[in-house]
This record gives sequence, structure tokens and C-alpha cells, in this order.
Amino acid sequence: MYRYNEIDRRLVKERVTQFRDQTRRHLAGELSEDEFRPLRLQNGLYVERHAPMIRLAIPYGVLSSDQMRALAGVTRKFDRGSGHFSTRQNLQLNWVSLEQAPEILAELAEADLHAIQTSGSCIRNITTDPFAGVSPQEVSDPRPWAEILRQWSAFHPEFAYLPRKFKVAFSGGPDDAANVRIHDLGIQLARDGEDQLGFRVWVGGGLGRTPILAKVLREFLPWQHLLSYAEAILRTYNLHGRRDNKYKARIKILVQALGVEEFARQVEAEWSHLKDGPATLTEAEAARVSAHFEAPEYENLPKYDTGFEFAKRHDREFSSWVARNVHEHRVSGYAAVTLSLKAPGQAPGDATAEQMGIAADLAERFGFAEIRTGVTQNLILPDVKKKDLPELWRQVRVAGLATPNIGLLTDIVSCPGGDYCSLANAKSIPLAKAIQDRFSDPERVSAIGDLKLNISGCVNACGHHHVGHIGILGVDKQGEEYFQIILGGAWGMEAALGKVIGPSLVAEEVPQVIDRIVANFEICRRPHERFIDTLNRIGPESFRDAAYGSGSPSKRAKVVSNG
Amino acid sequence: MAKLIKNRDIVEDSWKVLTLAANDTPDTVKLPVGPIMVPLSVWRARKAELIRREWEHHDLLGVWLGPEDDPADIASDLDDLSVVGIHFPTAGDGRGYSIATLLRTRLGYRGELRAVGGIGRDHLHYLHRVGFDAFAVNQPELAIASLDDFSEAYQAAANQPLPLFRRRTLTA
Repeated sequence: MYRYNEIDRRLVKERVTQFRDQTRRHLAGELSEDEFRPLRLQNGLYVERHAPMIRLAIPYGVLSSDQMRALAGVTRKFDRGSGHFSTRQNLQLNWVSLEQAPEILAELAEADLHAIQTSGSCIRNITTDPFAGVSPQEVSDPRPWAEILRQWSAFHPEFAYLPRKFKVAFSGGPDDAANVRIHDLGIQLARDGEDQLGFRVWVGGGLGRTPILAKVLREFLPWQHLLSYAEAILRTYNLHGRRDNKYKARIKILVQALGVEEFARQVEAEWSHLKDGPATLTEAEAARVSAHFEAPEYENLPKYDTGFEFAKRHDREFSSWVARNVHEHRVSGYAAVTLSLKAPGQAPGDATAEQMGIAADLAERFGFAEIRTGVTQNLILPDVKKKDLPELWRQVRVAGLATPNIGLLTDIVSCPGGDYCSLANAKSIPLAKAIQDRFSDPERVSAIGDLKLNISGCVNACGHHHVGHIGILGVDKQGEEYFQIILGGAWGMEAALGKVIGPSLVAEEVPQVIDRIVANFEICRRPHERFIDTLNRIGPESFRDAAYGSGSPSKRAKVVSNG
Repeated sequence: MAKLIKNRDIVEDSWKVLTLAANDTPDTVKLPVGPIMVPLSVWRARKAELIRREWEHHDLLGVWLGPEDDPADIASDLDDLSVVGIHFPTAGDGRGYSIATLLRTRLGYRGELRAVGGIGRDHLHYLHRVGFDAFAVNQPELAIASLDDFSEAYQAAANQPLPLFRRRTLTA
């Protein structure tokens, strides 16, 4: 992983000093709330329902064991001993105080961690596939490029006051576990006809009030031009993005208004001034950063480990965990393992300080002291020897991190919702728990197979409800919490936006309606068919009838439009 | 007289920034005596008059751009101007940072580039990096320290033509 040098470390510390002084001036009444707001946001600090929330960056989802312990340490010292891993590779602490925020950042800086640009109208934390570098499918490791763009975007003087937030994701290849198509800028590693490494560039994706999937801006960009091309995109957006209405200020609206061809023409025109200039990446810089991500010293291990195969055959619980939580690795004899943060009754993505500490220890014992976080709000140990899997499983089970549900219905992605967030219309966490209770039979959930269920507490869509196979959106109707049911969304390269299927429901009705929708799938599915494939094959009608058909589930329900 | 941060110093600001009131037009607005910065619309309407005024009365001349203005519109006039101002209607309107970048790195402007409007000490470092060398801010004596909030930068910008990775190679 990337190790900070003296300059990286100095810049993070200078940021802490700057923010400490800004906070001091705000508390002394020298900086008004309006003046202070954009400054605190660019340091990850929101003012929330009960207390300020701080969003800490986990750049492209990579943490060392020591960094994970530092995160656990601040949750113990400054919060209530737990944190929320978000869909964008951040950790959110919900109970911090404004006065202590500079102290939190100072402590994290000691572990080369920060909250730089995790909020505000700027280039946000850059995300990537949690299996980067170990995935057998990837074209090339996206992490060096994410790190290069992280450095470029950190404290970029020209792009700190954009029309709106700007989210970038890298994907290592065609499987796209980073969901590049729902990002303002999506960068997918690719090779051209001459086997030269570069990027397919996507632009203008985003969820929120106006969900739009990104479009291809450039089929192939040689790697040397990453920074100059990004500069051209950002400058075009900074100068021409709308600023009169914050709901129309994302780059997706500009791209849609101009059409992607015209937007591409403007970017190319701007880029013609920058191409081959000083921002052009050098072989030396690519090599310097890539060296940080060189493969660790893997042992030469056989593809099949007899102890592991034996345990799989003789222990059903172990084998069901392996089936869902253990993933293919590009190196023989190794696997990547997901630690589920979706145990029954657990708020999706939440981890206690103790669990963080255990994950840090396990990453040391069963890997190279590295942990990843991903868009599904789970933790990943990227380099586990297959022969260690039975022992790892026993340890993970004790820590409550072994729920064998990765990619299943109960692996719910959810925002913190109305329990914490001041934007939310509805409480997503209790609903996630109620759905997990409804689907408490692991045999059934396993038989249902791949099903992405996403919950957002409001149209800002932090729970990515538009791209869940089943999406649930909290809406407000005359001060009451209601939920819309959305079907047909999908992730990655097959990305699609789901559609609302009927009237919105009160929270108590949602689990049974989800159950009826799933039951309809169980009746209609072909052998081994995924939920989304059945839905796409037969259309939403029978699902709608199943959900609402036998008597309206709610007399109070009214049809409300999506958005 | 108001004070100004200019070239890392605090100086008296003798300039007047001309703005058009609701009933003013660029053709008829009265030009005050002394050094003035006029909006782009006045510059376009009365270029010859403004240049003659400077020549006859030695009243220094500047133009200020708003966030909607295209700096390319004054590209051929830059030699005539002692100051180019960029107005920030609010701190959150970041277009001025790109306009400054274009003036410095593409249009070759070398004269005084002044930030005016809704900016304060917390913006000075980034403003300086994109090429501003003069800042109309409150309490300039306190604000000036923020020019150096950061001692290094990753990216190239108007005040540093090479990104850090190219400078690393040079010193290695």
C-alpha cells in the first residue's frame, strides 16, 4: 500500500493546523456559520441531527492494520465506540463534537489518515474496487492511478469551489466492482490494440434527485494523460456547470444539457492546451507510485489445499461461509475474504471499535496487515492463504463478522438514515433490521442467491437505492415516513436504474411486501437464475401484482412519483 | 484608505472599483477621478476614452471580470491594463479560480491580478496558487499569514509551473 513520505505527512499536518485555527475562530465568533460551513465540510464535518458527524477518508478503501487501530482509537476516544463504513470508502462517526474535531484529525494524522475533501463542493475521496490488485479479472491494478489522482486532487487550488460535489471512482477492469457508472467521473482501466495501458473515461453519472448513468467520454486515454485530461474536465465543469440551483449543479446535468458529444468536444478543446504539458505523467512517477503497490511476498502454494477442501466438504457452516464470503484471488493458494458487517440486527456498515481492532489483528495474522473497505459496506482481508481459512473462520465467527451473506438479500446496503442524518426523511436502519428479521432463515436467503437490496433514507440516495435490484427509498408525506419500492436497478457494467413499482408504504408493511416480491421470484425463476435476470426476463408486472395485488397493503398509501 | 495585500505586503489601496448601479449604463456611467477598475461592459463600451484618460491624467486603469466573463475577451487588451480584478460574488463561486488560471497560464498576463468580493483569509492560499498577487480582504494584517497555510503542493498551478513529481525528478 502507499506509504506517506515526509511531504505527504507535512501537508496533512498543515491541514490540521489550518482547520484548528478556523475552528477556533468560528468558536470565538470571528467566522460566521456561513463562512465556516464550506471550510468544515471540506474537512468532513457535518452538523447532524444529534451531534456533528465527521466523515473520515479511506482513500480507495485501503487501510493498514495500524490505521484501522487508529480509527478504532478515535471512535473510542471521541465517539461512542463504533463507526459507520459508508458506500464510498469513508468511515463516519456520528457522535463527535465540533470542539474536538481538530483533535480527532490531529490524532488521525499520526496514522497518515485524514478527512480532507470528504464533503463539500470539491473532488471527494477517490474510490475503487476493494479487490484491486488481487482480482483475477482486472486489466491492471487501479490503486497506483487512484493514488496519483488522490495527490493531484488533494488541495487542488482551482477546484475547491466547484458547482457541486465531484466523485471519482476507478475500476480495475471489466467487472467494475467500483460502480463507475454512478460517479461524476468513472475511470476504467483498459488496454488498447497495442496492449498499451490506459483508461476508458466515463462522465456524468450520479444518483440523488436526478439519477443518471455515466456515459463514455473517451473510449481510450493513454495513462500518461490522466492528470491533464482530468484538469480539462474539471475546468470545463467549474466554468460552465450550473450554480443557480444546487439540484442542477452536478456535472451530470451539464453533460445532459450539452449532450455528451458536445461536452466531449469542449473537454477536448480545453485539453488541446494542456496535452503533453507538465501535468503529463512520467514513467518515473508511474513507477514510483506503482512500487508502493507491488505484490507482497506471496508463498508458493498449491491451488488446492487439502485441509481447506476437507473442511469445506465436512462442515456445512464453513462451506456456506466459503461460498459467499471467500473470493477468488489471482495468486494460487490464496483467497480474499469478506468480513460481513451485516449480521442480523446490526446496522449495515457499522462496526464497533472492538471489531475494528479484531479485523486489524486478523489482517496481520492472516495477511500482510492490510484491510479493504468496499461499496457494499463490508471489510475485506485481501490476502488469506487457503490453508488458513478454517482457522480464520473460527476467529471471525467469534467476532460476529462471519455472517455468510455477501451478495445476498441480507447484505443490505443502507445509509445511516433518519436516526442520525438531518437530511433523511425516514429511518433506514430499523427497516434494514426488520427486513433481516423477516429473512431470518439462512437456507432460504442462500437459495434466493444474488440479490442486492439498497435502502436510502431520502432522495440524496446515499444508500444507492436506484441501483439495487430492490431499492427502498424513504419519502416524507405530510410529516409521515413512507417508503417507495423500486425494482430493476443493477450495478457495475450492467448498471441500470430501477423504477418505482407502486404506492409507497409505511415501514411496518415493507418487510412483508419485500417477502411477496421475493416469493414471486421463487415461483417464476429458472434454475439458478438471479433475481435481476428473472425480473428482466418476465418484467415487473407479476412482481407488482405480488406486492400489491391481494388487497392494497395500505389504505393510506398514495401513488407518489419517483424523485 | 482601505488596505490591501499585494505582493506579500500590506499597502494602501488607492483604487476605486466601478460598479454599475441599476440606472447606470456602460455608456453613461460617470468615471470617478483616480485609478479605477471598470467592469468588462464599460471597458468594451469606452475603451478609447479610458485609454485617453489614462494617457492625459495618468489615472491608472484596470478592468474587473465577473464569474460569467470570458478572460479571452480582454486577451488583446492586457498590455493596456495595470490591474485585472476578478470578482467573487460569494466565496463558494469558484469560477474566478479558473479565470485566474487562464489569465496567467494561457493568456500570459503578468500584471497585478486582484481578488475582490466575497473572499477572506481562508481562501488566500488557493487564490495565490492560481495566480492572484493582490487581495482585497478584511483585516489584511491577520489574513496575510494564510498565504502560507501549506508549504508544498502536489499540482502545478500558476505560481508553480511544475507538479511535484517533476520537481522530485529534478532534485533526485
